[in-house]
Amino acid sequence: MFAEFFENLKDGRLIGLKCKDCGAVTCPPKNTCNQCGSRKLEKVLLSGKGIIKSYTVTYIAPMGYEKEAPYTVALVELEEGPWIVGRLDLDSQSAEKEDLVGKRVSVYAKEMPTEMFYPDKSKRIVPYFKIEG
Amino acid sequence: MRRVAILGVGMTKFGKHPEKSLVDLFAEAFFEAFDESNIELKDIEAVYYGNFVGEMTDGSANLSGFIADEIGLKNVPAIRYEGACASSSVAFREAVRAVSAGYYDCVVVGGSEKLLTAETGIGTRALATAVDAIYEMVAGLTFPGVFALAARLYAKEYGIPLERLREMMAHVSIKNHRYGAVNPKSQFYGKYGNLKVEDVLNSRMVCSPITLLDSCPMTDGGSAVIIAEERLAKDAVDTPVYVLGTGQASGGALFRQGRDIVKAIPRRKSAEMAFREAKIQPKDVDFVELHDCFTIAEIIALEAMGFFGYGEACYATEEGATSIDGELPVNPDGGLIGKGHPVGATGVSQIYSAVKQLRGEFKWNQVEDARIAMTDTLGGDFGTLVNIILGVE
Ligand SMILES: [Zn+2]
Repeated sequence: MFAEFFENLKDGRLIGLKCKDCGAVTCPPKNTCNQCGSRKLEKVLLSGKGIIKSYTVTYIAPMGYEKEAPYTVALVELEEGPWIVGRLDLDSQSAEKEDLVGKRVSVYAKEMPTEMFYPDKSKRIVPYFKIEG
Repeated sequence: MRRVAILGVGMTKFGKHPEKSLVDLFAEAFFEAFDESNIELKDIEAVYYGNFVGEMTDGSANLSGFIADEIGLKNVPAIRYEGACASSSVAFREAVRAVSAGYYDCVVVGGSEKLLTAETGIGTRALATAVDAIYEMVAGLTFPGVFALAARLYAKEYGIPLERLREMMAHVSIKNHRYGAVNPKSQFYGKYGNLKVEDVLNSRMVCSPITLLDSCPMTDGGSAVIIAEERLAKDAVDTPVYVLGTGQASGGALFRQGRDIVKAIPRRKSAEMAFREAKIQPKDVDFVELHDCFTIAEIIALEAMGFFGYGEACYATEEGATSIDGELPVNPDGGLIGKGHPVGATGVSQIYSAVKQLRGEFKWNQVEDARIAMTDTLGGDFGTLVNIILGVE
């Protein structure tokens, strides 16, 4: 399911699952509704917009990610409700300068080198958040 | 259900042990526990072992059989438990339930881990195996990163300026290092006993706003305890320490918990389960050994366990409520920050410290008249929670 999610994201589409029982949206996809556990889910296209809830500039990176540091990981609340993890498209100095919580972002994908355990052995597709306006 | 008691406890000094294997570290802790338990080797019917990432740090799996054999036990069931940082707490709880149910009368439970010898890059990647392997790992989320995200969420949730919260968080590090510095088993024994707020704030930034002194270290170490059903325990030792209650709960990836992250709902459920089983309330607990992997983690834990209201533990910490002479001493052994965090060994090392306190043997930082202790261990990004309540008669 994650492969389809990332392939779509690469093409600019953020895919979620809408629950036919409770109406909640789950993203990224999961085998059950993140709200109620139902398996009656239908694929929906999400707006790809959200707001930053938290973020951190990572200075000490794990093995395989050293060349990417410093990088900023953010938690974003999507318009449809779910929270997702990705990278902030902003240099680390700017990210440290002002409080970015509450800023509106749009989601897109960047292709990056794969890492030792990642299932796709050719690349890894990383969700990125671009601050709007 | 039978009452279960702890006979003997052991742990290695925490720190760097390049000359000892995972098996050696467990064995060393086991011998200390065994030598004070007044039982024979043949009395031990099973081995419960916690280890998180032996494959990555030591290229070693299938460890439980090697461990049983190393301590001289032949043909007993030996099981490895993995629940990230809570591995040996999960093992302990399973062991208690097996003895309580009557499957065994006496077992050993413990853990070992070697993260300091493994070096920072492998260590950080190994720890990061406990985040969601797909959706969190693609972004390079690390463990300091998880708690950095949590710290900022906490500040927003309770309307505290981040710089102000960082000062309050620093008091967790100052306290736990002060206690770690006097505990001979600590990684930082004799070090960092006199930190100032500025030292914590200005130390190397790991994942903003979490600095190196906001963090527990990478550690090698082992721990072990021997538990038995009540009658056997009473025959063997003068001061059995009883398991009054246990709790455990689970949760998904950090982002799946969304708005509830800083409320740490799985931890609340786990703590409530333990309190229910022990038939006590938070106010009955004399001291706590909890999972302070990062300074903010101690604050979130204290609230989720029910000792302080949500958004209040940061102020209580700054005011000294969690110091040795405060209303609820927290981590008098130094915690993960001061004592060290050999992941798979950590949970049972908390039990080691709690038992020593309850027996009145923790002379370097004794909690006065301690009768009831509680431990708290967190594995992963708020995903595996274990709480243990211990007491003496
Ligand atoms: Zn649903």
